[in-house]
Amino acid sequence: MATQTLPSVLVTTDWVAQHATDAAVRVVEVDVDTTSYDQGHVPGAAGWNWTTELCDTLVRDIVPAKKLEELLGKTGIDNKTSIVLYGDNNNWFAAWAFWQLKIYGHEDVRIMDGGRKKWLAEGRDLSTDKPSFPAKTYKASGPDLSLRAFLPEVQQAVAGKKAALVDVRSPQEFTGEILAPPGLPETCQRGGHIPGAKSIPWGKNCNEDGTFKNLDELKALYAAQGITGDQPVISYCRIGERSSLTWFTMKHLLGFKDVRNYDGSWTEWGNLVGAPVEKP
Amino acid sequence: MKPEEHGRRQQELAGWPVTIETYKLGAVYHCTIANVDPGARFARADGATREEAESRAIEKATRYLAQTRKFEV
Repeated sequence: MATQTLPSVLVTTDWVAQHATDAAVRVVEVDVDTTSYDQGHVPGAAGWNWTTELCDTLVRDIVPAKKLEELLGKTGIDNKTSIVLYGDNNNWFAAWAFWQLKIYGHEDVRIMDGGRKKWLAEGRDLSTDKPSFPAKTYKASGPDLSLRAFLPEVQQAVAGKKAALVDVRSPQEFTGEILAPPGLPETCQRGGHIPGAKSIPWGKNCNEDGTFKNLDELKALYAAQGITGDQPVISYCRIGERSSLTWFTMKHLLGFKDVRNYDGSWTEWGNLVGAPVEKP
Repeated sequence: MKPEEHGRRQQELAGWPVTIETYKLGAVYHCTIANVDPGARFARADGATREEAESRAIEKATRYLAQTRKFEV
Protein backbone atom coordinates (compact mmCIF):
# COMPACT_ATOMS: atom_id res chain seq x y z
CA MET A 1 0.00 0.00 0.00
CA ALA A 2 2.96 2.37 0.38
CA THR A 3 4.80 3.86 -2.55
CA GLN A 4 7.71 1.81 -3.83
CA THR A 5 10.22 4.40 -2.73
CA LEU A 6 9.33 4.13 0.94
CA PRO A 7 9.83 1.28 3.39
CA SER A 8 6.58 -0.63 3.90
CA VAL A 9 6.06 0.90 7.34
CA LEU A 10 5.82 4.42 5.92
CA VAL A 11 3.10 5.98 3.79
CA THR A 12 3.12 9.39 2.15
CA THR A 13 0.71 12.25 2.78
CA ASP A 14 -0.52 11.70 -0.78
CA TRP A 15 -1.33 8.09 0.00
CA VAL A 16 -3.23 9.09 3.15
CA ALA A 17 -5.21 11.71 1.24
CA GLN A 18 -6.35 9.00 -1.14
CA HIS A 19 -6.98 6.20 1.36
CA ALA A 20 -7.88 7.76 4.71
CA THR A 21 -11.48 6.61 4.55
CA ASP A 22 -10.90 3.16 3.03
CA ALA A 23 -12.80 0.51 4.98
CA ALA A 24 -9.67 -1.56 5.64
CA VAL A 25 -7.64 1.45 6.77
CA ARG A 26 -7.88 3.47 9.95
CA VAL A 27 -5.89 6.68 10.24
CA VAL A 28 -5.19 7.77 13.81
CA GLU A 29 -3.62 11.02 15.06
CA VAL A 30 -1.53 10.85 18.24
CA ASP A 31 0.03 14.09 19.42
CA VAL A 32 2.31 15.38 22.13
CA ASP A 33 -0.08 18.30 22.44
CA THR A 34 -3.32 16.47 23.06
CA THR A 35 -5.38 19.43 21.83
CA SER A 36 -3.88 19.33 18.33
CA TYR A 37 -6.50 16.91 17.03
CA ASP A 38 -9.23 19.41 17.89
CA GLN A 39 -7.42 22.13 15.93
CA GLY A 40 -8.07 20.18 12.75
CA HIS A 41 -7.03 16.70 11.67
CA VAL A 42 -6.90 14.50 8.59
CA PRO A 43 -10.54 14.05 7.53
CA GLY A 44 -11.77 10.69 8.76
CA ALA A 45 -8.94 10.25 11.27
CA ALA A 46 -9.50 9.14 14.83
CA GLY A 47 -7.62 10.79 17.67
CA TRP A 48 -5.94 9.03 20.59
CA ASN A 49 -4.81 10.77 23.75
CA TRP A 50 -1.46 9.39 24.91
CA THR A 51 -1.92 10.67 28.45
CA THR A 52 -5.12 8.73 29.05
CA GLU A 53 -5.53 6.11 26.33
CA LEU A 54 -2.03 4.85 25.57
CA CYS A 55 -0.86 4.18 29.09
CA ASP A 56 -1.91 2.69 32.38
CA THR A 57 -3.25 5.67 34.29
CA LEU A 58 -2.75 4.05 37.72
CA VAL A 59 0.65 2.36 37.52
CA ARG A 60 3.39 3.87 35.37
CA ASP A 61 3.27 1.45 32.46
CA ILE A 62 2.30 1.10 28.83
CA VAL A 63 -1.34 0.55 27.98
CA PRO A 64 -2.66 -2.76 29.40
CA ALA A 65 -3.76 -5.30 26.80
CA LYS A 66 -7.44 -5.17 27.72
CA LYS A 67 -7.51 -1.39 27.59
CA LEU A 68 -5.82 -1.43 24.19
CA GLU A 69 -8.32 -4.00 22.92
CA GLU A 70 -11.17 -1.71 23.99
CA LEU A 71 -9.53 1.36 22.42
CA LEU A 72 -8.94 -0.40 19.11
CA GLY A 73 -12.41 -1.92 19.11
CA LYS A 74 -14.16 1.40 19.62
CA THR A 75 -11.94 2.95 16.94
CA GLY A 76 -13.32 0.38 14.50
CA ILE A 77 -10.08 -1.56 14.30
CA ASP A 78 -9.82 -5.32 14.19
CA ASN A 79 -6.73 -7.48 13.85
CA LYS A 80 -6.71 -7.12 10.06
CA THR A 81 -7.09 -3.35 9.86
CA SER A 82 -4.23 -1.32 8.40
CA ILE A 83 -3.49 1.33 11.01
CA VAL A 84 -1.80 4.51 9.81
CA LEU A 85 -0.48 6.74 12.58
CA TYR A 86 0.61 10.35 12.43
CA GLY A 87 1.05 13.23 14.82
CA ASP A 88 2.81 16.42 15.78
CA ASN A 89 6.51 16.84 16.61
CA ASN A 90 7.49 14.73 13.60
CA ASN A 91 5.47 11.77 14.84
CA TRP A 92 6.89 11.39 18.37
CA PHE A 93 3.75 9.89 19.84
CA ALA A 94 2.72 8.26 16.60
CA ALA A 95 5.91 6.25 17.03
CA TRP A 96 5.03 5.67 20.68
CA ALA A 97 1.67 4.21 19.57
CA PHE A 98 3.40 2.20 16.83
CA TRP A 99 5.79 0.71 19.39
CA GLN A 100 2.94 -0.33 21.69
CA LEU A 101 0.91 -1.79 18.82
CA LYS A 102 3.92 -3.91 17.87
CA ILE A 103 4.34 -5.02 21.48
CA TYR A 104 0.78 -6.28 21.31
CA GLY A 105 1.32 -7.90 17.94
CA HIS A 106 -0.59 -5.76 15.45
CA GLU A 107 0.60 -6.83 12.01
CA ASP A 108 -0.13 -3.89 9.75
CA VAL A 109 0.74 -0.57 11.31
CA ARG A 110 2.40 2.30 9.46
CA ILE A 111 3.41 5.89 9.96
CA MET A 112 2.53 8.83 7.73
CA ASP A 113 5.92 10.21 6.76
CA GLY A 114 6.21 13.84 7.79
CA GLY A 115 3.29 13.67 10.17
CA ARG A 116 1.06 16.58 10.98
CA LYS A 117 3.79 19.07 10.14
CA LYS A 118 3.97 18.02 6.49
CA TRP A 119 0.21 17.67 6.12
CA LEU A 120 -0.25 21.25 7.34
CA ALA A 121 2.62 22.65 5.30
CA GLU A 122 1.08 21.14 2.18
CA GLY A 123 -2.19 22.94 2.89
CA ARG A 124 -4.21 19.75 2.85
CA ASP A 125 -7.78 19.47 4.10
CA LEU A 126 -8.40 19.49 7.82
CA SER A 127 -11.55 18.48 9.64
CA THR A 128 -12.78 19.25 13.13
CA ASP A 129 -15.46 16.54 12.96
CA LYS A 130 -14.95 13.60 15.28
CA PRO A 131 -15.87 10.53 13.28
CA SER A 132 -17.56 7.57 14.91
CA PHE A 133 -16.76 4.03 13.87
CA PRO A 134 -18.68 0.76 14.00
CA ALA A 135 -17.29 -1.14 16.98
CA LYS A 136 -15.11 -4.14 16.26
CA THR A 137 -13.57 -6.89 18.31
CA TYR A 138 -9.84 -6.83 18.80
CA LYS A 139 -7.65 -9.48 20.37
CA ALA A 140 -4.16 -8.45 21.45
CA SER A 141 -1.29 -10.91 21.48
CA GLY A 142 1.98 -10.78 23.33
CA PRO A 143 3.19 -8.69 24.96
CA ASP A 144 6.41 -8.95 22.98
CA LEU A 145 8.84 -7.71 25.59
CA SER A 146 11.81 -8.15 23.26
CA LEU A 147 10.90 -4.65 22.08
CA ARG A 148 11.05 -3.09 25.52
CA ALA A 149 13.89 -2.53 27.98
CA PHE A 150 13.37 -2.40 31.72
CA LEU A 151 15.73 -0.96 34.30
CA PRO A 152 17.62 -4.22 35.08
CA GLU A 153 18.46 -4.72 31.41
CA VAL A 154 19.77 -1.18 31.17
CA GLN A 155 21.84 -1.69 34.30
CA GLN A 156 23.24 -4.86 32.76
CA ALA A 157 23.99 -2.98 29.56
CA VAL A 158 25.96 -0.41 31.53
CA ALA A 159 27.85 -3.02 33.52
CA GLY A 160 28.51 -5.57 30.82
CA LYS A 161 28.59 -3.35 27.75
CA LYS A 162 26.66 -6.04 25.87
CA ALA A 163 24.12 -3.59 24.51
CA ALA A 164 24.68 -0.14 23.07
CA LEU A 165 22.74 2.72 24.61
CA VAL A 166 21.44 5.54 22.43
CA ASP A 167 20.39 8.76 24.17
CA VAL A 168 18.09 10.60 21.79
CA ARG A 169 17.55 13.74 23.89
CA SER A 170 18.96 17.12 22.94
CA PRO A 171 22.69 17.74 23.51
CA GLN A 172 21.84 20.09 26.39
CA GLU A 173 19.86 17.37 28.13
CA PHE A 174 22.59 14.83 27.42
CA THR A 175 25.25 16.97 29.07
CA GLY A 176 23.02 17.88 32.00
CA GLU A 177 22.98 21.59 31.17
CA ILE A 178 19.19 21.41 31.37
CA LEU A 179 16.93 18.88 33.08
CA ALA A 180 14.03 19.07 30.63
CA PRO A 181 13.37 20.49 27.17
CA PRO A 182 12.99 24.28 27.34
CA GLY A 183 9.51 25.28 28.48
CA LEU A 184 8.63 21.87 29.91
CA PRO A 185 8.60 20.88 33.59
CA GLU A 186 11.71 19.33 35.11
CA THR A 187 11.02 15.69 35.90
CA CYS A 188 14.34 14.46 37.25
CA GLN A 189 16.64 15.07 40.17
CA ARG A 190 19.92 14.88 38.27
CA GLY A 191 21.10 15.85 34.81
CA GLY A 192 23.48 13.99 32.54
CA HIS A 193 23.23 10.65 30.81
CA ILE A 194 23.56 6.93 31.38
CA PRO A 195 27.26 5.99 31.39
CA GLY A 196 28.45 4.88 27.99
CA ALA A 197 25.41 6.15 26.08
CA LYS A 198 25.92 7.63 22.63
CA SER A 199 24.21 10.92 21.85
CA ILE A 200 22.14 10.72 18.68
CA PRO A 201 19.37 13.32 19.03
CA TRP A 202 16.08 12.10 17.58
CA GLY A 203 15.82 15.10 15.25
CA LYS A 204 18.77 13.84 13.24
CA ASN A 205 16.48 11.11 11.90
CA CYS A 206 14.34 13.68 10.11
CA ASN A 207 14.42 16.16 7.29
CA GLU A 208 13.20 19.74 7.70
CA ASP A 209 9.77 18.80 6.33
CA GLY A 210 9.35 16.15 9.03
CA THR A 211 9.95 13.13 6.81
CA PHE A 212 12.53 10.52 7.68
CA LYS A 213 15.95 10.84 6.08
CA ASN A 214 16.81 8.28 3.45
CA LEU A 215 18.25 4.95 4.50
CA ASP A 216 21.83 5.74 3.48
CA GLU A 217 21.78 8.90 5.58
CA LEU A 218 20.28 7.06 8.54
CA LYS A 219 22.76 4.22 8.26
CA ALA A 220 25.65 6.70 8.23
CA LEU A 221 24.19 8.63 11.17
CA TYR A 222 24.16 5.56 13.40
CA ALA A 223 27.36 4.01 12.06
CA ALA A 224 29.22 7.21 12.94
CA GLN A 225 28.46 6.41 16.58
CA GLY A 226 29.28 2.73 16.23
CA ILE A 227 25.64 1.65 16.06
CA THR A 228 25.49 -0.82 13.19
CA GLY A 229 22.95 -3.38 14.35
CA ASP A 230 25.61 -5.98 15.14
CA GLN A 231 24.84 -5.82 18.84
CA PRO A 232 21.67 -5.18 20.85
CA VAL A 233 20.66 -1.52 21.12
CA ILE A 234 18.58 0.27 23.73
CA SER A 235 17.19 3.74 23.02
CA TYR A 236 16.03 6.14 25.70
CA CYS A 237 14.99 9.77 26.16
CA ARG A 238 13.03 11.36 29.00
CA ILE A 239 9.73 9.44 29.03
CA GLY A 240 10.16 7.08 26.10
CA GLU A 241 8.34 8.77 23.24
CA ARG A 242 11.23 10.42 21.42
CA SER A 243 13.15 7.19 21.85
CA SER A 244 10.28 5.24 20.31
CA LEU A 245 10.86 7.27 17.14
CA THR A 246 14.53 6.28 17.22
CA TRP A 247 13.50 2.69 18.02
CA PHE A 248 11.25 2.82 14.94
CA THR A 249 14.14 4.10 12.81
CA MET A 250 16.58 1.43 13.95
CA LYS A 251 14.13 -1.48 14.05
CA HIS A 252 11.84 -0.81 11.12
CA LEU A 253 13.78 1.43 8.74
CA LEU A 254 17.32 0.15 9.25
CA GLY A 255 16.23 -3.37 10.11
CA PHE A 256 18.41 -3.84 13.19
CA LYS A 257 17.44 -7.12 14.84
CA ASP A 258 17.58 -6.43 18.57
CA VAL A 259 16.37 -2.95 19.43
CA ARG A 260 14.55 -2.09 22.63
CA ASN A 261 12.94 1.11 23.82
CA TYR A 262 13.64 1.95 27.45
CA ASP A 263 10.45 3.84 28.29
CA GLY A 264 11.52 4.33 31.90
CA SER A 265 14.14 6.60 30.32
CA TRP A 266 15.65 9.56 32.15
CA THR A 267 12.61 10.10 34.37
CA GLU A 268 13.52 6.73 35.90
CA TRP A 269 17.32 6.75 35.71
CA GLY A 270 17.71 10.43 36.63
CA ASN A 271 15.66 9.93 39.79
CA LEU A 272 17.26 6.69 41.00
CA VAL A 273 19.20 6.91 44.23
CA GLY A 274 22.78 5.85 43.59
CA ALA A 275 22.46 5.38 39.82
CA PRO A 276 25.69 6.24 38.01
CA VAL A 277 25.48 9.38 35.89
CA GLU A 278 27.96 10.56 33.30
CA LYS A 279 28.56 14.24 32.53
CA PRO A 280 29.01 15.90 30.18
CA MET B 1 -11.65 22.83 5.20
CA LYS B 2 -8.29 24.05 4.04
CA PRO B 3 -5.98 25.66 6.57
CA GLU B 4 -5.26 29.25 5.56
CA GLU B 5 -2.44 31.66 6.23
CA HIS B 6 -0.19 28.88 7.48
CA GLY B 7 3.18 30.15 8.61
CA ARG B 8 6.19 28.91 10.58
CA ARG B 9 9.04 31.04 11.83
CA GLN B 10 11.83 30.87 14.34
CA GLN B 11 12.58 33.53 16.89
CA GLU B 12 14.02 33.84 20.37
CA LEU B 13 11.88 34.00 23.50
CA ALA B 14 13.34 34.38 26.97
CA GLY B 15 16.74 33.47 25.57
CA TRP B 16 15.59 30.27 23.85
CA PRO B 17 15.06 29.67 20.14
CA VAL B 18 11.50 28.62 19.40
CA THR B 19 9.34 27.83 16.40
CA ILE B 20 6.02 29.62 16.13
CA GLU B 21 3.43 28.03 13.87
CA THR B 22 0.08 29.64 13.10
CA TYR B 23 -2.79 28.84 10.78
CA LYS B 24 -6.42 29.74 10.38
CA LEU B 25 -9.08 27.07 10.24
CA GLY B 26 -12.60 28.36 9.75
CA ALA B 27 -12.83 31.52 11.82
CA VAL B 28 -10.18 30.56 14.37
CA TYR B 29 -6.44 31.18 14.33
CA HIS B 30 -4.43 28.43 16.03
CA CYS B 31 -0.92 29.15 17.25
CA THR B 32 1.53 26.64 18.72
CA ILE B 33 5.05 27.23 20.00
CA ALA B 34 7.77 24.57 20.15
CA ASN B 35 11.32 24.70 21.39
CA VAL B 36 13.78 24.33 18.51
CA ASP B 37 15.74 21.65 20.31
CA PRO B 38 14.36 19.07 20.90
CA GLY B 39 11.29 20.35 19.02
CA ALA B 40 8.57 19.85 21.61
CA ARG B 41 5.38 21.90 21.47
CA PHE B 42 4.85 23.45 24.89
CA ALA B 43 2.49 26.41 24.44
CA ARG B 44 -0.53 27.08 22.31
CA ALA B 45 -3.45 29.48 22.04
CA ASP B 46 -6.35 30.33 19.78
CA GLY B 47 -7.68 33.72 18.74
CA ALA B 48 -9.95 35.58 16.38
CA THR B 49 -6.90 37.14 14.72
CA ARG B 50 -3.34 35.98 14.11
CA GLU B 51 -2.05 38.66 16.48
CA GLU B 52 -4.39 37.60 19.26
CA ALA B 53 -3.53 33.90 18.97
CA GLU B 54 0.20 34.54 18.77
CA SER B 55 0.35 37.06 21.60
CA ARG B 56 -1.49 34.68 23.90
CA ALA B 57 0.76 31.76 22.97
CA ILE B 58 3.90 33.88 23.29
CA GLU B 59 2.85 35.07 26.74
CA LYS B 60 2.44 31.46 27.91
CA ALA B 61 5.64 30.32 26.25
CA THR B 62 7.68 33.13 27.78
CA ARG B 63 6.34 32.26 31.21
CA TYR B 64 7.19 28.57 30.82
CA LEU B 65 10.62 29.24 29.37
CA ALA B 66 11.52 31.50 32.27
CA GLN B 67 11.26 28.46 34.52
CA THR B 68 13.86 26.47 32.58
CA ARG B 69 17.09 26.38 34.56
CA LYS B 70 20.58 26.05 33.14
CA PHE B 71 23.32 24.24 35.01
CA GLU B 72 27.06 24.47 34.53
CA VAL B 73 28.61 21.42 32.94
